[in-house]
Amino acid sequence: MARKHKLAVWKFASCDGCQLSLLSCEDQLLTLANEIEIAYFREASSAVIKGPYALSLVEGSITTKEDAERIQKIRKVSRSLVTIGACATAGGIQALRNFGNVAEFLSIVYARPEYISTLETSTAIAAHVKVDFELRGCPINKEQLVDVITAFIRGRLPTVPPHSVCLDCKRKGIICVMVARGVPCMGPVTHTGCGVLCPKYARGCYGCFGPKENPNTESLADWFVRLGTAHSDVAREFRNFNSDAPAFRAESERQEKLS
Amino acid sequence: MTDRTIKVDYLARVEGEGAMYVRIKNGQVADVKLKIFEPPRFFEAFLRGRSYLEAPDITARICGICPVAYQMSAVHAMEDALGISIVGPIRALRRLIYCGEWIESHALHVFMLHAPDYLGYPDAIRMAKDHPKLVQQGLDLKKLGNEIISLLAGRAIHPINVRVGGFYRVPTRPELAPLHEHLKRGSDMCREIVRWTRTLPIRDYARNYEFVALRHATEYPMNEGRIVSNRGLDITAREYDAHFEEEQVAHSNALHSVIKGRGAYLTGPLARFNLNFDRLPDSVQQVARDVGLAGTCANPFESIIVRSLEMLYAFEEAIRIIEAYEPPETPAVACEPYASTGYACTEAPRGTLYHRYSIDEKGIIRDARIVPPTSQNQKMIENDLRDYVAPRIEMPSDQLRSECEQVIRNYDPCISCATHFLKLEVEREP
Repeated sequence: MARKHKLAVWKFASCDGCQLSLLSCEDQLLTLANEIEIAYFREASSAVIKGPYALSLVEGSITTKEDAERIQKIRKVSRSLVTIGACATAGGIQALRNFGNVAEFLSIVYARPEYISTLETSTAIAAHVKVDFELRGCPINKEQLVDVITAFIRGRLPTVPPHSVCLDCKRKGIICVMVARGVPCMGPVTHTGCGVLCPKYARGCYGCFGPKENPNTESLADWFVRLGTAHSDVAREFRNFNSDAPAFRAESERQEKLS
Repeated sequence: MTDRTIKVDYLARVEGEGAMYVRIKNGQVADVKLKIFEPPRFFEAFLRGRSYLEAPDITARICGICPVAYQMSAVHAMEDALGISIVGPIRALRRLIYCGEWIESHALHVFMLHAPDYLGYPDAIRMAKDHPKLVQQGLDLKKLGNEIISLLAGRAIHPINVRVGGFYRVPTRPELAPLHEHLKRGSDMCREIVRWTRTLPIRDYARNYEFVALRHATEYPMNEGRIVSNRGLDITAREYDAHFEEEQVAHSNALHSVIKGRGAYLTGPLARFNLNFDRLPDSVQQVARDVGLAGTCANPFESIIVRSLEMLYAFEEAIRIIEAYEPPETPAVACEPYASTGYACTEAPRGTLYHRYSIDEKGIIRDARIVPPTSQNQKMIENDLRDYVAPRIEMPSDQLRSECEQVIRNYDPCISCATHFLKLEVEREP
C-alpha cells in the first residue's frame, strides 16, 4: 500500500470552531482517516507523528511574537499550507484590536496588563507566510473543507467558488430581505460558502465569509444609508469577523469618516 | 525519584492551548500549574461600542464548541437589562437548541476526547480500528446534536438564528417532525451508551467538592435558575459579582475564579447532576440508579457517565419539547433599549457561564463581563492534580504524566473559552 499523505492541523488565536469542523464531518471522518494519516491534531489526538506534512490546515490568527515565529516553522515542514476560517484568512473577530488601542484593551480585560505579551495587531496567516489556499468562513463550511482536503490529496484544485452570497440566494429563489423588507444585507459583497443561511432565516447576511472577489462595498453601503442606517451602524456591518480584509476595512473606515 | 518535574507542553484532546506542570520535591508536590498559552482575544474590550443586538453573534465566536451557550447567556443578560421575560414556545425553542449543544458537545468529549483515555488509545480514529461500532455511535450522536442546532439556527457552529427577544425565524411543526424520529433513535442509543460507560475501567477516586450550578423550580437547569451550591450558596445572577471573584495567584499566571471567602469550586456536569438529580425525569433517574449513580457522584473520572446521562436527558427533553411545540405568534419579542445593566447565567455544557452587560440609552454596550466555566474550574483542576499526585509520588513519570492529563481531561476544559488568561512562557515545537 502506498504511504498515506500526512495531515497536520495547527491552531493559533481562534475559537477552535474551524478545526472542530473536521471532527464534525461525522459521515466522512473515518473514510477520510483511511485516505490520509492524521499526523498532528492536538485537539483530537495525543499522538504526534513527525513532519514533514503533505498538508497543513491552519486555524487562527497571529497575535503574539511566539506565534509569528511558530508559523514560519510550520511553513517549513508543510508541503501545502491551507488556512481555514476568518481568523486565519483575515485576522478574525480579534482583529478589531487593529482599529483600537491595545493598551486600553488590555487594561479593560486584565487586572495586571503588564503580564500580557501580545502584538498590536491580529493578522492573517498570509501576512506572514506563503499560503497555498484560503478557505473562508466564520466558521468554514465542512463540505468545502472535505473538498479542499480531497483536492490536495488528489492534486486537483479545490472547487470553492468566489462569487457572492447574493448570487446563490437568487439561485435558490429566496425572497430578497433587502428589496422586500428593507433589511440591510451583506449578501451582495460577501463571499459565498455558507449555503445562504441568513436570508433563509429571514435575516440579512452579516458577512461571515468576508468579501467576495471585486466587491462593490461602497455601493452597498450607500444603499444601507438610503434604507435609513446610520453611518456608524454601517461601519459596524463591515467590522465583524472579517474586519481586516482589505475591502471591508476600507469601507468601514470610509463610513467612520462619514459618521 | 524524589525530585522531578512532570510536564506536558501541549495538552492533547482538550479544546484550546494549554500545558501542565507538576513539580515534585523531597517526596512532596511542590508546585502544580495548569498553564494556558492560548493568546488573549479581548472580547470584553471590543464589545464596548457595539450594539446590544450584536452580543449574541459576537460572543458566539468565543467558542466553536459551545457557541449556543454564549448566545444564550448574552440574550438572557440583555433581556434582563431590558426587563423582558421570554415565556412559551420561544423559551422552549431556546431549551431545544441548548439540548442540541449539550448532545453535540458531550458526545465530542465522551467519545472523541475522553473514551480513548479509558480504552488506551491516542484518539478516537485509532480507537475506531478496534471499536468501530462505538466510534460510529459517538459520531451518530454528535451528528444528532448538530442536527438540532442546524435545523433551528442554520448551522451547528456559530448558529445564525438567535437574537435578543427570540429568533429571526421559528420552525413549523412539520419541519420538526423528522427530527423527532431521529431523536428517538438517539435516546435509545444513549441508554446503551450510559450502560457502556459503566463498564469502563474507572479509577476509584473521590474528592470533597463545593459544587456550583443553576437550580430551577421544576426543570433540570439550562437557561435559568438560581445559582446554588452544596455549601449553602443560593443567589441570583444579579448577585454573582458579590459572591465570586477572580483572583491572581502568585504561583500561577492565570486568573482563578473563586467563591469569596471559600475558594475553589466545581462547575459543570458533575455539579449540575449532584445538585439537580431530583429535577431529572424518573426515566433518566432510573438509568442513573441502574449504573450506581443516584445524585451523589464525587469522582471526576466518572464524569464520562454523568455526561452520558445528561446526553440522555437532553434527548428526552428535546423529544418532549418537540411533541409539545406550537409555533409562537411572532418569532421574537420586540425590545427597545434604555440605559441599564443586565445579568445572566446559563448552563454551558462545561458549566455555568456568566455574562453581564451595561448598555446606554441607544443600546450601545458600555461594559461587558464574561466568566466562562473553564476559568471557574481552573483552580479546582489544579487542586485535583495536587491531590491526585500526592499519594502517587513514586509512580513512573510516563504513567503519572498520562494520568495527570486525564485528571485535567475529566473537566473537558475549553481553553479557547477562557478569555481571562495571562501570559505564560511558551515551550513547544512545531
